[in-house]
Amino acid sequence: MTNMKRQTQVMLVLILALAVIPLFVSSKFWMGFWVMLLFHALIGQSWNILGGYGGQTSYGHAVFFGTGAYVTAVMQTHFGFNAWAAALVAIGAGGGVGLFIGALSFRYGLRGSYFALVTLAFAEVFRVIVNSWDFTGSGFGMLLALKPGLANMQFADRQLFFYLILVLTIIATGVALWLESSRFGAHLVAIRENEDAAKALGINTFKVKLRAIAISAALAATGGVFYMQYFLFVDSHIGYGPSMSISALLVPLIGGPGTVLGPFIGALSLGVLSEVTKHTMGETPGANLMAYGVLLLIVLRFLPNGLMGLFRGRS
Amino acid sequence: MFDIGILTAVTLNGLTVGAIYALGALGLTLIYGVLHIINFAHGSTLMMALYACFFLHQRAGVDPYTALLIVPPAFFVLGYGLQRYLIAPLGFGKDINVLLVTLGISIILDNLALYLWTSNTRNIDIPQAQVFIEMGVTSLALPKLIGVVASIVVGLLFWLLMTQTDLGKAIRAVARERRGARIVGISVDHIFAMSFGIGTACIAVAACLLIPTYYVTPKVGDGFVLIAFTTVVLGGMGSFIGALVGGLFLGVVEAWSGLWLGESLGQIGVFIIFILVLLFKPNGLFGQRST
Amino acid sequence: MAVLEVDNISKRFGGLQANAQAHLKVEPGKITALIGPNGAGKTTLFAIVSGFVTPDEGRVTFLGQDITGMQPFDICHLGLVRTFQIVQPFAGLTVRENIAVGAHLRERNRSAALDKASALATKIGMKDMLDKPAQSLTIAGRKRLELAKALATEPRLLLLDEVMAGLIPTEVSEMTDVIRSIRDGGVEVLLIEHLMQAVMSLSDHIYVLNNGRMIANGSPQEITANPQVIEAYLGHGAAHA
Repeated sequence: MTNMKRQTQVMLVLILALAVIPLFVSSKFWMGFWVMLLFHALIGQSWNILGGYGGQTSYGHAVFFGTGAYVTAVMQTHFGFNAWAAALVAIGAGGGVGLFIGALSFRYGLRGSYFALVTLAFAEVFRVIVNSWDFTGSGFGMLLALKPGLANMQFADRQLFFYLILVLTIIATGVALWLESSRFGAHLVAIRENEDAAKALGINTFKVKLRAIAISAALAATGGVFYMQYFLFVDSHIGYGPSMSISALLVPLIGGPGTVLGPFIGALSLGVLSEVTKHTMGETPGANLMAYGVLLLIVLRFLPNGLMGLFRGRS
Repeated sequence: MFDIGILTAVTLNGLTVGAIYALGALGLTLIYGVLHIINFAHGSTLMMALYACFFLHQRAGVDPYTALLIVPPAFFVLGYGLQRYLIAPLGFGKDINVLLVTLGISIILDNLALYLWTSNTRNIDIPQAQVFIEMGVTSLALPKLIGVVASIVVGLLFWLLMTQTDLGKAIRAVARERRGARIVGISVDHIFAMSFGIGTACIAVAACLLIPTYYVTPKVGDGFVLIAFTTVVLGGMGSFIGALVGGLFLGVVEAWSGLWLGESLGQIGVFIIFILVLLFKPNGLFGQRST
Repeated sequence: MAVLEVDNISKRFGGLQANAQAHLKVEPGKITALIGPNGAGKTTLFAIVSGFVTPDEGRVTFLGQDITGMQPFDICHLGLVRTFQIVQPFAGLTVRENIAVGAHLRERNRSAALDKASALATKIGMKDMLDKPAQSLTIAGRKRLELAKALATEPRLLLLDEVMAGLIPTEVSEMTDVIRSIRDGGVEVLLIEHLMQAVMSLSDHIYVLNNGRMIANGSPQEITANPQVIEAYLGHGAAHA
C-alpha cells in the first residue's frame, strides 16, 4: 500500500513538473521533443497495460495505433465529422479491434510467443489493406487539412498540443494506477504470473484478458488520434508498420514493465538516447534504432525489471 | 485470369520461390525443434547474407554460386557465436525473453545495415539471370531453377546430416530430451550453438540462391520473417518435411494471391494463412508438438 | 446431504482409461482421503471435479448442484477450490499478494483483500513471510502458501493434492494440525495423499483408487485390513503374505 502511495506521489510531482515545462521551454525543437516524449509514454503505457501488467506481449501494437489514426482521418475527410467526434469513433474502433484480436487469440488459447506473432500478423494484414485501398489513401497515405482551432483539435501553438498529450498521458497513467489498486488489476497480474493458478482461484481469465486488451487498444488508438492531429499525415508504414510496434514495447520494457512510472522512464531514456546518437553518429537513419536495440539487449541482460528495477530495490 | 497458361506460370514461379522459403524454413525449424526458440532475427540474417553476397560480387567479383562456399560457412560461425554468447546468456531460457533477445538482434542488424549501406536498392547482374529455360507453356529464369535444384540438394544433405552423422544424432537427442542428453555426456550448449549455426547457414544458402533474381535493401528481411514463421508453423514446428512442404505451399499461395488480389493486396495471403493456422491448427499439418 | 458426490465418472485419454466409473462422497464435517498407487487416476479425478477436465461420463454434484463440465472459475465461486500437486505460486508476487488473489474472490476492495490475506497468513503461521517474494520460499513454505491461497477464497470444500509431498516429519505434523483446524472451521477437505501416517491420522473416510476404479472405501481401520487394497499397493499375493 505504501508502494501505491509512493507511486501516486511521484506521479503527482512528475505531472506538476511536466505541466510547467512550457513555461521554461520556448524553442520549437524542444517543445517538439517533450511532445514526442509524452506521446511515446502514452503508447508505452498502452502496451504496458496488456504486456507489462497482463504479461501478454504484443509485437503488433501498431494495429491499434494505426486504427486510431486512420479512422479519425477517414471520419473527418470522408464523412465530414468534427475532429472530436471522429476521435471518439477512432478510439472506439481501436478498442473494437482489440476485442476482435483478443477474442480470437484468447479463445484459441494463444499465449507467449504465439500471441506475439499473431499480433504482428494482424498488424501486417491491416497494413497491406490500407496500403491497397483507395479509401484509405493506398500508397499515398492520408492527409488532414490544416485548420488550426480548438474545434478541429489542431493548434498553431505547439504548447497547446503539449497540454493535450499531457492530459492524455495522465489519463493513461490513471488507468495504470487503477490497475495497481483494483481487483481487476490484481486479477490481471495473477494471470501474468500463473494463468492456471489464477483460473483455479476463481478468475475468469478470458474475460479479464479481453478487458485488458480492449483498454490497451483504446489507449493506443488515442495515441493514433493524437498523432494524426499533430502531424496531419499517416501512411501504412507509420500507422501499421513495425516501427510503432517496436516503440510500443521498447518503452515499457526498458523503463519497467508492470509499473506506473516505467513508460515515462522508458520514453525519457529512449528520447535522450536518440538525441545522443544524433549528436555522436549524425543524423544517418538507423543510428538511433541501433542504439535502441543495444539498449534492449543490455536491459535484458542486466535489468530484467527494466530501469525501474534500479529503484525498486528499496521498497 | 483463369487461363491455364497463366496459372501454370504463376504456380511454377511460386514453387521456385517456395523452394527458397523452404530452405529458410528448414533452418528455422531446426532452431525451433532443438532450442524451442522462435528466431526473430531470421529475416535480418537473410538480409545480411544477401549483403554479403552482394559485396562479394561487387568488390571481389565472386558470383553467388561460388559464394556458396564462403557465405554459408561464415554465417555458420556467426550463428554459432550468436547463440552461444549472446542469446543463451541473455535469454535465461525463458521463451518470451529469447524472442525479445532475437528481436533486439534483428533491430540492431537491420539498422546497422541501414546506417552503413543506406536504403538504396542493390542488385547484381549475373549472366545466368539472362538465361531462360522453356518449361512447357512458360519459361523460367535459370537462377530460379538452380534455386529449386539446390534447395533439394541442401535438403538431402540436411537429411543425411541428421540421420547419418554423430552430430545429427546428438542434435536429435538434445531436441527430444535435453537432460537425458546431458547425462550421456553431450554438451547441450555446444549442440544448441551448432544447431543455430546450421540453421543460420541454411539461411545464408537461401540468400546466395536468391540474390540473382532479387534485390537487396535493409528492409528485405522483414518480408521473410512472417513468411518463414508461417512455413514453420504450417509445417508443424519441428518437422523438416513439414517445413519443405510448407515452404512450397506458401510460395504458391503467395503467387496465387498476387494473381487474384493484385500485387499489393496479395501479400496478405500468407499472413491470413498464418493467423488461421495459429488459431486452428497450431500443430501444423505434420505437427509434432505445440507450446 | 453430501457436500460432494462423484457418480460414475469415466475419462479416457487416448489409449489410457484414467478414470472408470469412479465414485465418491464427501460428507459434512469429515475429512475424506483419496489414495491409491501412482498413476491410479487421482489427480485426473480432482481435475474433473474442479472443472479443469471434462469427463466422458458421469456426474459431479456439489452442495446439491450439478457442476459437471462447469468452468473452474465458476466452480470456485460456488465454494469448491483445489490446490495443485506441483505447486503453482504467483512467483513474482509477495506472499501477501499471492494470498490476496484468493481473497479477491469474495472481496472487491484491494486493501481489504490485502488485509484478509495478512490475517489468514498469520492464522496459518506465515506472518513472517508476508513480504517475501513467493519464489524465495522453501518447498514447505510454498505448500503452505498454496493452501493459504485456496483458503482465502473462503471455500466450502477444499481439494488438497499431495500437500504433504516433500515435507519433513515436523512439517508434516504442522500441516496435519492446520488441516484439522480447517475442518474444525467448517470447511470440508478431500485430500489426495501418499503419506500413509498422515492419511490414517487425519481421515474420517478413505476411498481407494486403482487403475481408474474405486476398489474400496471405508474407515482407516477397514481400509488397512482390506486385502484388495493391500494387493493394489504391494502387489499380487501380498495380501496373503
